[in-house]
Amino acid sequence: MEVALETHNLTVSYNRRPVLWNIDFKIPVGQITGIIGPNGSGKTTLLKAIMGLVKPSSGYCKLFDQDLKQVRERISYVPQRESVDWDFPASVMDIVLMGRYKSSNLFKRINQSDRDIAVEALEKVNMLEFSNRQISQLSGGQQQRVFIARSLAQGADLYIMDEPFVGVDAATEEAILNLLTEMKNQGKTVIVVHHDLQTAKDYFDWIVLLNTRLVAVGPKDDIFREDLLQEAYGGKLNVLSKVGDLIKEKGFSVRERK
Amino acid sequence: MNDLLQFLSFSDPNVRFVTIGTMILGATAAMVGSFSFLRKKALVGDAIAHSILPGVCLAFMLSGSKDPLVLIVGAFITGWLSLIIIDGISRTTKLKNDAAIGIVLSVFFGFGILLLTSIQQSGNAAQSGLDKFLFGKAASLTQYDILVFSSIGIVLILVLLLFYKEFKLISFNPDYAKVIGLPVKFLEFILATITVLAVAVGIQAVGVVLMAALLITPASGARFWTHRLGTMIFIAMVFGAISGFFGSFISYVAPSMPTGPWVVMCLSFLTIGSIWFAPKRGMLAKYRVQHQNQQKILKENVLKLFYHIGEKENDFHAERSIEQLLKTRDLRPTELKKGLHLLKSENTVRNKDDKWLITAKGLNEAIRIIRLHRLWEMYLNQRLKLEPDHVHNDAEAIEHIITPEIERQLEKELNYPTKDPHQSIIPYIKE
Ligand SMILES: Nc1ncnc2c1ncn2[C@@H]1O[C@H](COP(=O)(O)OP(=O)(O)OP(=O)(O)O)[C@@H](O)[C@H]1O
Ligand SMILES: [Mg+2]
Repeated sequence: MEVALETHNLTVSYNRRPVLWNIDFKIPVGQITGIIGPNGSGKTTLLKAIMGLVKPSSGYCKLFDQDLKQVRERISYVPQRESVDWDFPASVMDIVLMGRYKSSNLFKRINQSDRDIAVEALEKVNMLEFSNRQISQLSGGQQQRVFIARSLAQGADLYIMDEPFVGVDAATEEAILNLLTEMKNQGKTVIVVHHDLQTAKDYFDWIVLLNTRLVAVGPKDDIFREDLLQEAYGGKLNVLSKVGDLIKEKGFSVRERK
Repeated sequence: MNDLLQFLSFSDPNVRFVTIGTMILGATAAMVGSFSFLRKKALVGDAIAHSILPGVCLAFMLSGSKDPLVLIVGAFITGWLSLIIIDGISRTTKLKNDAAIGIVLSVFFGFGILLLTSIQQSGNAAQSGLDKFLFGKAASLTQYDILVFSSIGIVLILVLLLFYKEFKLISFNPDYAKVIGLPVKFLEFILATITVLAVAVGIQAVGVVLMAALLITPASGARFWTHRLGTMIFIAMVFGAISGFFGSFISYVAPSMPTGPWVVMCLSFLTIGSIWFAPKRGMLAKYRVQHQNQQKILKENVLKLFYHIGEKENDFHAERSIEQLLKTRDLRPTELKKGLHLLKSENTVRNKDDKWLITAKGLNEAIRIIRLHRLWEMYLNQRLKLEPDHVHNDAEAIEHIITPEIERQLEKELNYPTKDPHQSIIPYIKE
């Protein structure tokens, strides 16, 4: 199995309190993988750790068997829609063009070929007619599609999306899903955070079941088992969260320093 | 009046210098402040401004000179120091960011006032004029000062142009910028540095106390006029320049007045004006849209009256009295008359004294509205499975909103119905 993403013993904490414990899994190339778990189970945090936005207190992530720094241009990240202020003065086109910014050419102006790529991306998500629309005037589903278009404009190999199906209508949901399938057919890898169990089975090939710790990982048919789902979505892990509280209160760190 | 003319004629070269200089200062502050505004860091600008005072005083005490370059170095150091401390406090303690800002601001400013007082009491011959840093005094700037500050202002504008698209991204979505590998820390450092510099030169015109207004107010006013970042920054710069102009004018005609408060007055005026008069986003525009919607609803409702009576009596072209119209629908007489007169001006109804009748144009319009109403009722009934007696009120509101495209879509989805849920005919316009 060719590995797109590997996390190794990953532990992440906020203010010392661990919200992810010892996460250890591999995700294959060329599949649509769902990261599933209830609210607050650390899905967003996991993505942020993968994308280098929060520092793990221990462990590491590898993308295509390399550090993020070396493969940055092959990875594209779609943040949770609510993570930005949509009242920002910009048009849909402005946002999609951001997908063409590159760290390797900081002062390069946006040129015509960038624009063409952005137009193509907008077309794919069916938002071309809105390209001059102000982002403050978009519906939730349209905002989501703008974010996906920005990501497509990057032309990456691995797409990592945080809850792209939240707050979109059925038509948009289907459009996004078709897009993901199309990407998969082109050999791209897609990792999607999702919290709805009902739909997960239809959407994904692979599943990572998460609840503060890794519950299970594998092809979806292996994962959709009553006991595993119960484990992820059932009761809270009382001892684990109590220990987390203690770590925070007493000022310990998750790992002993050597 | 004479003052104004003399001022505007720029016959005095010093006036010319000071005016252009303060305009550049105002524009620069507004430009840099636009990003503080968008990044929701309005208070930080205030903290920097207040923290600059001790820097200016210390620079003066150590060097004994009022050379603006020396003072700016001092200003720059304490300005930056305040940023570092704010960041440190909110990162390492439980205090929230705004509390950290408040603490740093007041401690630095208090210390600055202390230094300023002791300088003034020291009897140093060169000290006179340092107090202008509190509330600003544009006219007391020398040509050399202006030259230095304007050059800095122009450099800041160039830096911003250079990093424009990166600053835009880190203001909108800093996480994304980090993920694609932009040097976000470095860009934030540059942005903070030009903010400190803009404040350090801007206080020459308005003083530390009111400097935050010069940073933030132009952007918040400009935001009302546009949805484009570039245009917003440009308008903010124009606002900043106008108030700079106004400030130097005041300073010139009323030399004992501090400039800052007047600059801020002018800015507030521009911003409040924007809140009211800006197209689309302004209060007046919103009010006008509401008013127009109400008029549209009234007109359409009155046209429907004619249709309903016509439908019942099987005669659409007869004259109707006010009483007859009022009986059909719950409308106040004054409203009805207003509606009729509005419609008359559009030639959709005519009157012979007290009798009113609908024109062919008006009838077409009425048919359109009735159609939309009944189509919508049909849609609610068939698609949302609402009972026929529950759909009327909803359709009353929606009929005024439906566009021709939606109308076509409705027809198609409902398979071109001819009757509504109450078995009334859905009328078509006969060509
Ligand atoms: N910046 C932060 N500081 C402190 N705690 C945080 C922070 N962000 C998240 N947390 C905590 O970490 C835990 C995991 O949060 P995370 O956002 O990763 O969950 P999630 O699975 O994405 O949830 P959701 O489905 O609601 O998006 C939660 O308990 C949350 O309260
Ligand atoms: Mg989340």
